[in-house]
Amino acid sequence: MIKGNLVLEDGTRFEGEIFGSSTPVSGEVVFNTGMVGYPESFTDPSYQGQILTLTYPLIGNYGVPPSERDELGLHTYFESEAIHIRGLVVSEYSKNYSHWNGVKTLNKWLQENNVTGIAGIDTRMLTKKLRQKGVLLGKILPEAEDIELYDPNTINLVAEVSIKEPITYSRGNKRVVLVDCGCKNNIIRSLVQSGVEVLRVPWDYDFMQEDFSGLLISNGPGDPKMAKFTIENVKRAMELDLPIMGICLGNQILALAAGADTYKLKFGHRSQNQPCLEVGTKRCYITSQNHGYAVNSKTLPHGWTEWFINANDETNEGIRHDWKPFRSIQFHPEATPGPVDTGWIFGRFVEMMGRYSV
Amino acid sequence: MNNRSTNKVIILGSSALKIGEAGEFDYSGSQAIKALQEEGIYTVLVNPNIATIQTSDYLADRVYFLPVNAHFVGKVIAKERPDGILLGFGGQTALNCGIELAQANILAEYGVKVMGTPLQTIQDTEDRSLFVKKLTEIGVSAPASRAAESLEEALEVGRELGYPVMVRIAYALGGLGSGICFTEEELTERATKAFSYTHQILVEERLEGWKEVEYEVVRDRFDNCITVCNMENFDPMGIHTGESIVVAPSQTLTNSEYHKLRDIAIRVIRHLGIVGECNIQYALDPDSEEYRVIEVNARLSRSSALASKATGYPLAFIAAKLALGKSLPELENSVTRSTSACFEPALDYIVVKIPRWDLKKFKMVSKRIGTGMKSVGEVMAIGRKFEEVLQKALRMLEIGVDGLVCNPHLNFNDLKKELAEPTDERVFAIPEALKQGFSIEEISELSRIDKWFIYKIKNIVDIEEEIKKYTLDTCPDELLLRAKQTGFSDKQIAFLLGSSEIVLRNKRKEAGITPCIKQIDTLAAEYPARTNYLYLTYNGTEDDVSFDEPDSVVVLGPGAYRIGSSVEFDWCCVNAVHTLRELGYTTIMINYNPETVSTDYDECDKLYFDDLSLETVLDIYEKENPMGVIISMGGQIPNNLAMKLEEAGVKILGTPAVSIDNAENRHKFSDLLDRLNISQPEWKEVTSVEEANRFAGAVGYPVLVRPSYVLSGAAMAVAVSDKELVKFLSKAAEVSREYPIVISKFILNVKEIDIDAVAKNGEIMAYAISEHVENAGVHSGDATLVLPPQRTYLETIRQIKKVTRRIAGALKINGPFNIQFLAENTDVMVIECNLRASRSFPFVSKIFKVNFIDLATRVIMNKPVSIVDKSFFELDYVGVKAPQFSFARLEGADPTVGVEMASTGEVGCLGDDFEEAFLKALISVGCHLKIKSVLLSTGPIESKAAFLGDSRTLKSMGIKLYATKGTADFMRENGIEVETLHWPLEKISPNIVDYIKNKKVDLVINIPRTFQEEELTNDYIIRRLSVDFVIPLITNIQLAQRFVEAIHRKADHDLEIKSWQEYKTIGSAQ
Repeated sequence: MIKGNLVLEDGTRFEGEIFGSSTPVSGEVVFNTGMVGYPESFTDPSYQGQILTLTYPLIGNYGVPPSERDELGLHTYFESEAIHIRGLVVSEYSKNYSHWNGVKTLNKWLQENNVTGIAGIDTRMLTKKLRQKGVLLGKILPEAEDIELYDPNTINLVAEVSIKEPITYSRGNKRVVLVDCGCKNNIIRSLVQSGVEVLRVPWDYDFMQEDFSGLLISNGPGDPKMAKFTIENVKRAMELDLPIMGICLGNQILALAAGADTYKLKFGHRSQNQPCLEVGTKRCYITSQNHGYAVNSKTLPHGWTEWFINANDETNEGIRHDWKPFRSIQFHPEATPGPVDTGWIFGRFVEMMGRYSV
Repeated sequence: MNNRSTNKVIILGSSALKIGEAGEFDYSGSQAIKALQEEGIYTVLVNPNIATIQTSDYLADRVYFLPVNAHFVGKVIAKERPDGILLGFGGQTALNCGIELAQANILAEYGVKVMGTPLQTIQDTEDRSLFVKKLTEIGVSAPASRAAESLEEALEVGRELGYPVMVRIAYALGGLGSGICFTEEELTERATKAFSYTHQILVEERLEGWKEVEYEVVRDRFDNCITVCNMENFDPMGIHTGESIVVAPSQTLTNSEYHKLRDIAIRVIRHLGIVGECNIQYALDPDSEEYRVIEVNARLSRSSALASKATGYPLAFIAAKLALGKSLPELENSVTRSTSACFEPALDYIVVKIPRWDLKKFKMVSKRIGTGMKSVGEVMAIGRKFEEVLQKALRMLEIGVDGLVCNPHLNFNDLKKELAEPTDERVFAIPEALKQGFSIEEISELSRIDKWFIYKIKNIVDIEEEIKKYTLDTCPDELLLRAKQTGFSDKQIAFLLGSSEIVLRNKRKEAGITPCIKQIDTLAAEYPARTNYLYLTYNGTEDDVSFDEPDSVVVLGPGAYRIGSSVEFDWCCVNAVHTLRELGYTTIMINYNPETVSTDYDECDKLYFDDLSLETVLDIYEKENPMGVIISMGGQIPNNLAMKLEEAGVKILGTPAVSIDNAENRHKFSDLLDRLNISQPEWKEVTSVEEANRFAGAVGYPVLVRPSYVLSGAAMAVAVSDKELVKFLSKAAEVSREYPIVISKFILNVKEIDIDAVAKNGEIMAYAISEHVENAGVHSGDATLVLPPQRTYLETIRQIKKVTRRIAGALKINGPFNIQFLAENTDVMVIECNLRASRSFPFVSKIFKVNFIDLATRVIMNKPVSIVDKSFFELDYVGVKAPQFSFARLEGADPTVGVEMASTGEVGCLGDDFEEAFLKALISVGCHLKIKSVLLSTGPIESKAAFLGDSRTLKSMGIKLYATKGTADFMRENGIEVETLHWPLEKISPNIVDYIKNKKVDLVINIPRTFQEEELTNDYIIRRLSVDFVIPLITNIQLAQRFVEAIHRKADHDLEIKSWQEYKTIGSAQ
């Protein structure tokens, strides 16, 4: 067992035990309050550059599932090809696991993927600090080692996680262009299950040359303003009046393309229990979220309205165009991890493509 | 639903506490009333459970201490004309009553609408075949199952599904009568018994060993639907969830499983149309994602109370608001007061619940646990490691264990059997098995407990072994810290190091190892909490709260419900806290029972949901540095801490600890009585069998044997011979190892009288004298109490007052106390004195309409009070408190009363005279007045003679009398016509067995001959059959006589429908 420290940019130091890899790491320290779904979370590309704190104190109980792939060639149990968190902070990791679908311990999986973890941390104390001060940069340091602080917000993280070449999934008479800004596998699966063909393209790909009936801008890491090419491409696509949907970072990119502004939240929303009110109704949905930036709803231009708002802090959770088929949401209807209550949004999108087909 | 027209709502309570329906419904009912009050709705409550918080004067506008059945509730409805009725807050009792009311057309007749979940939905969830049909409609899997309405049908299904099969009962609380049948014979037996309670049973595929998972679901009428909490059973399918150790949130479920089951829960609840709260239970295959929906409870339940406490989400309060038609998003999260109630709590801690059994209290009961409920209460522990919460919770049980390990008195003859066929002690067999070399796989295979839990238990065993290598001086701090993080108490560590608790405590503190205080905030620190719902953990480095409130007072709670300590002490604690708040103190409550109101975070300023051990109380005391601690409200657990706390330097508020010791220590108390010239039965403290024999020889049998310092007569017994004496002595030694055993002369045929009082500096400020219907020999907790006394001489009462005054003065009592007396003619003897609030405080407070606890709290805080000048002559009515037994659930238990308490709850009813109150009380605990035939077996000759007149009365009422041979002969000799039935073991007809099974008798009066029958006698069989076939049973001669007199004088229609508020004391009539 190696002792180690989690050191924050404000100088706070937490002592713990290193597990997984023992390489020192640095990144933006964020917290997620979900109680299940660590294999899904760690492989969510939106965590690129971040050290993730899990507030649930017991992690690794059910081990890590096998690296199986489905008929689309996607990982069945992971959200992308790699672990994207740079480091992991927990109160306790389970040295033993028990589950029919588990093939290895969390410790082993992190080791294999060179991800550093630290356990024995008062994660509640850390979370309260992040809530009060806002997210902080930090580093996990085994023993007496030290490294420079790394600030992921200065880097185009989307470019790091997006695919390099387009990929087509499934066949269908409707084709969706999916702009991969750090796309989770279950978005692809959800689209395919709705009966459409998916053309997954790199974040800066000029998809206007392609033939498609709908555009989906995926989730992804970091500041949406970094994804300049995507914003420009979306602006052009909006002129086609074809259905456009955005998820998470995609919501922010659509807003930016529409002329609205985005800003960084103090500590973001990373959880599986965010209540989102559908504006103008009494319906409220429990959603899965993972974002550090948000759309400033006050800057929405004419013709745009809020689709959803957060019932806890009233931040924007989705926008829509008043007459054109453009809609996006800040939360994750594809879930994994988290509740599946808003999965219907994919169906709506595909339905809309039927109505607006050219 | 138009909620504007809802101005008056009737709420049904769950009546007396019984196995399967405990204090959780006081909690849910109280929350519902608060929610309604907030909306300005006039509330009418029907609940005869007088010890509850919900029947307090500051909650419902009208309280009816009447039986919760269609007859009485129907009459209340006719009188009160409410607009709506809430059925979901009083457990199965309320739900069943609601269904009866609807079937009797009473709701429709008076235009009372069922609020919240519609009646049809309730029926769809309660009727198994309708339920399965509903599930099938949306493609959700239920266990392969068929409903049967006759034995023949049940056997047919058994053949179809193949054995073993599971039998379940429709409309049953806590799995009553359900179980696994391996053969056709077993099915025949179980089904026959079941059809005596119900018209329908379910025969199902057996899912034993599957994971058992529950979700608490909330839905509003706008179709917003959330799951507030999920829970996983440590003990898998095959053991009732009420009998299982439960963790929240689930520990071994993946995201896919968790959210799949969550999604199904929401789909099912939407399809059923629940409005409010419900619970859904699943079986989940441990080797795949296969699942079955086991059941939906369309009401608040024990699980929902647990979920409320586990998450901080006030399910009952929210459910009541939703029943009024509100939407979830418009309600606020009452912990953060800034976020929405439409959310799902994120926990950053783990919770474990462990059932509290009291099986040792019952004669002849099986210790096996399974698909029916036997536990009487539960504890909940909060922490940040499973090992930590498991050990903490086990300590909370107060069963003489210090955690999972270090319990040398627990031994298992056959570990394999214990693991595979669990008793209430199975969890302790796991560390034992690990030590004896069983592998984790082996243990998991035998017990079907998931390996994850066993790995964690192994961590505890490993640490235990590691500590054993050291002594107090050599034990490294690092190991000490790890032990504390793994839930070891100071006592356990001291035991392993050969040291003592206090020495270890000091060493630990010197090493800087102290717990930190964490807050439950529902959102895992994402938003700040406004409430102080707290727990202690060693898995953390920072306290969440500050400790700078001035004038804070700690109240120690009563712990788990168990026999002898139930909702009444919760009432005392809550009332004490109310008064303290009113007086301007910062109130701090410590308690760990999830089924209570005292563990509601809005009842006090700071709630420590934690252990009541010396260690934890001191830890909290040292953090909080309060003015002092009140130990006289929570029953025996805090009372037992008196001296230890005092020695540790804690300021005890109220009666001094040394006085408590003087009353609790038999020796000292007896000396005191001698000095004061007060009589008491002869007694002796013994440490050897010889001594005991000598004493018994001198005073003559029967003698009473008991350990000092225990509540509710644990291991108390009456011995009639040397042989019995030896047996009971060893049993008593096992229960209380720390204190000596006392034997005393057992006096027969005398009255027993209780006084509950409050004294200030030794002077009595208020008192209430209650007489027992039963003669001495029945534990006061099982006795029927009458207030004011109706059959006690004035002179006796005068004597009691005098003696009480002398004792109060001598002990300098400053707070609540209770003394029990024996009275023979006008001579009185003291048998017990408790310098704390007693079980009957809520009863006397509510009958007198003087809050004894409020008064006591003011006295304790040295605030001015005046003597309550209100004697019982000023009451125009009578109150009767009657015990509720749960023998039906305790298969095999002998349903008699004796010196060991056996009842699980109580009711208190009011009437214009004794008979009226008495009958209402008896009906509330399951008796009825439609009596056309009685089976008599009146026991010893004195009882036979005493009952002759009553037999004549019964005869004169046209009631058919049956009797066992001896009784029948005696009656005939005295000219009373009676039909003889043969004893069960004679196996000749006409036999009692057939008469009971075929319900040819409406009442059984069976008076036992001896005090502690422990054999399969004819009498036992008669009593047991009566319970199993739901025929009212009376086993005490005085009770039988009063009952006959009462039914002779009063019929159903004489029992008046009057609310508590309508019974006026003279003092209040001005």
